[in-house]
Amino acid sequence: MMINRGRLRWQCRRALLELDLVFKRFLERDFDQLDDQQLVALEELLRLEDHDLWAIVNGSKPSRDGREGAIVALLRAP
Amino acid sequence: MSVVKRTFDAVIVGAGGAGLRAALQLSEAGMKTAVLTKVFPTRSHTVAAQGGVAASLGNSTEDNWHWHMYDTVKGSDWLGDQDAIEFMCRKANEVVVELEHYGMPFDRTDNGKIYQRPFGGHSQNYGQSPVSRSCAAADRTGHAMLHALYQRNVRANTQFFVEWMALDLIRDGDGNVLGVTALEMETGEVCIFHCKATIFATGGAGRIYHSSTNAFINTGDGVGMAARAGIPLEDMEFWQFHPTGVAGAGVLITEGVRGEGGILRNGSGERFMERYAPNLKDLASRDVVSRAMTTEINEGRGCGPDKDYVLLDITHLAPETIMKRLPGIHEIAMQFAGVDPIKEPIPVVPTCHYQMGGIPTNYKGQVVVPKDGNPNTPVVGFYAAGECACASVHGANRLGTNSLLDLLVFGKSAGETVVEDFTSGNLSLRPLPADAADVSLARLARLESQTNGESVFDVGLEMRRTMQKHAGVFRFDALLKEGVARIKDVAERAKTTEIKDKSKVWNTARIEALELDNLIEVARATIVSAEARKESRGAHVRDDAPDTAEFPNGRNDGEWLKHTLWYSDGDRLDYKPVNLKPMNDDTKPIVLAKRTY
Repeated sequence: MMINRGRLRWQCRRALLELDLVFKRFLERDFDQLDDQQLVALEELLRLEDHDLWAIVNGSKPSRDGREGAIVALLRAP
Repeated sequence: MSVVKRTFDAVIVGAGGAGLRAALQLSEAGMKTAVLTKVFPTRSHTVAAQGGVAASLGNSTEDNWHWHMYDTVKGSDWLGDQDAIEFMCRKANEVVVELEHYGMPFDRTDNGKIYQRPFGGHSQNYGQSPVSRSCAAADRTGHAMLHALYQRNVRANTQFFVEWMALDLIRDGDGNVLGVTALEMETGEVCIFHCKATIFATGGAGRIYHSSTNAFINTGDGVGMAARAGIPLEDMEFWQFHPTGVAGAGVLITEGVRGEGGILRNGSGERFMERYAPNLKDLASRDVVSRAMTTEINEGRGCGPDKDYVLLDITHLAPETIMKRLPGIHEIAMQFAGVDPIKEPIPVVPTCHYQMGGIPTNYKGQVVVPKDGNPNTPVVGFYAAGECACASVHGANRLGTNSLLDLLVFGKSAGETVVEDFTSGNLSLRPLPADAADVSLARLARLESQTNGESVFDVGLEMRRTMQKHAGVFRFDALLKEGVARIKDVAERAKTTEIKDKSKVWNTARIEALELDNLIEVARATIVSAEARKESRGAHVRDDAPDTAEFPNGRNDGEWLKHTLWYSDGDRLDYKPVNLKPMNDDTKPIVLAKRTY
């Protein structure tokens, strides 16, 4: 299955500014290096509701699995 | 480029609270309705609204709509139209109960009623004591509201066009509105949505400011489209600011931080609020704190290499207090300011939050413009609701929890008006002009062929910085005048932006260039309108219009009790009267007074 990077890039636009800022840094720094497996994990993450996604990104809720955790670690990295 | 045409009874642009509420009215009446949205509906910025929705249900304390109307008129600093405010406050209970029936999970009292809590500016008995008027669903009111409305729309067969960006409003030679052009991101194709009624519900344009609490999608698309199509924008000088957004990021630091003992300090470490508000100090009202911060920065007492922010200091609080009472703040400071607030103070600046002005409408949601001597002549086929519209219920300053109410009441009202006009045969599918898509196609062709242009980011940054410095929360005549010239220059530069990525599908760079066109319209409207209004009122506070005996709070009703109308063409300004007369003859008007709390 081919995941369109352009679509994922757009879907990093979120309802909450907090997430927009985190994704902005991620898009500039990490996004182009993601492999297909990581893109799948990102796509699943982006399906979350924004409050739930922010809770996982800010660490108040745990990641659901290791693949997601790896993407979240990139999102959190300063 | 070939342009596909789609025909609907109605098209709604935007799928936040106002768009979804309007769509529901249309779909449930059997109208063939299309909703265009840049992002999936439940990812609209309405999600960020936490405070609640105001309604005088009186479940927790005695209340009635007259008191709510008084609070809203006073909050607006008397710039709000009293017919629209009466309409909104009277309709509040109905739209909240409706939402309850749609499955909205409101917080409950022990006896099962909707729980209500107090909120700033809302009072009992015409300002006498605080009232519990806000209905909330924990701290996710906006989110829960969007979900309830979205599910209901799915049931009613509303047709969603997700990840589509509307480009331009289509009008015929007589000015009637015939629909919009829109770009499908997945294909890059442009399409005409031809319809009998067009409703804009595109939200605010808070991204015109460098420091903004708004999500990146809030680029004022509907406001920009309306302005380009010759519709004036109303009261765009009025923007609500929050005193403490993280500098450079905009993420809000809640007032609770100062409530817990947080102190604002300038570049020399001085607790400057002691000079501006000797009693309340850091806990003075939002506008007082914001003005003091701006004064410190403007007079060279800011912090950092550019002296362009102040510091919010909680390092004197016990780490356990910070982690226990202010959870989230630690994470926000670490993520967005790069500081550990237990050890270092947080850089903050006054931050743009909400757009009070917008596309002029009446309380029925019809877009109204001056024509043939009537300042409020409806534009045939055009309606607007929510933050993009100016009904005007917020006037010069919005009360908390009135924004979610605004989008429910006027989303529904615009929908009802369209259904009435549709069923009575007042709306027809008017013929499309041959050049209906030409403006949009020319904008896209320009981006396609542009060489040697500046980047969208650079021009956008210049706009945001200029607006922040020259038309921020506290305004100075010389800065405004200089800012007008600068924004005009930025607007010229925006005409020759260049995107390197010319690909057709999912081209985010192209979308951002098109969004900048909309933001620029809003920035011009804001700064030109602000420069012209030579008084202080509500959120528009000028240094040269201070509080005096003749002009309390700097407000000059003799000259400035009027709505601004800005036209994109030539930055022309016009004005129209504020409606001080309520909707019903037996409702008493709220008479002019000084706004004090």
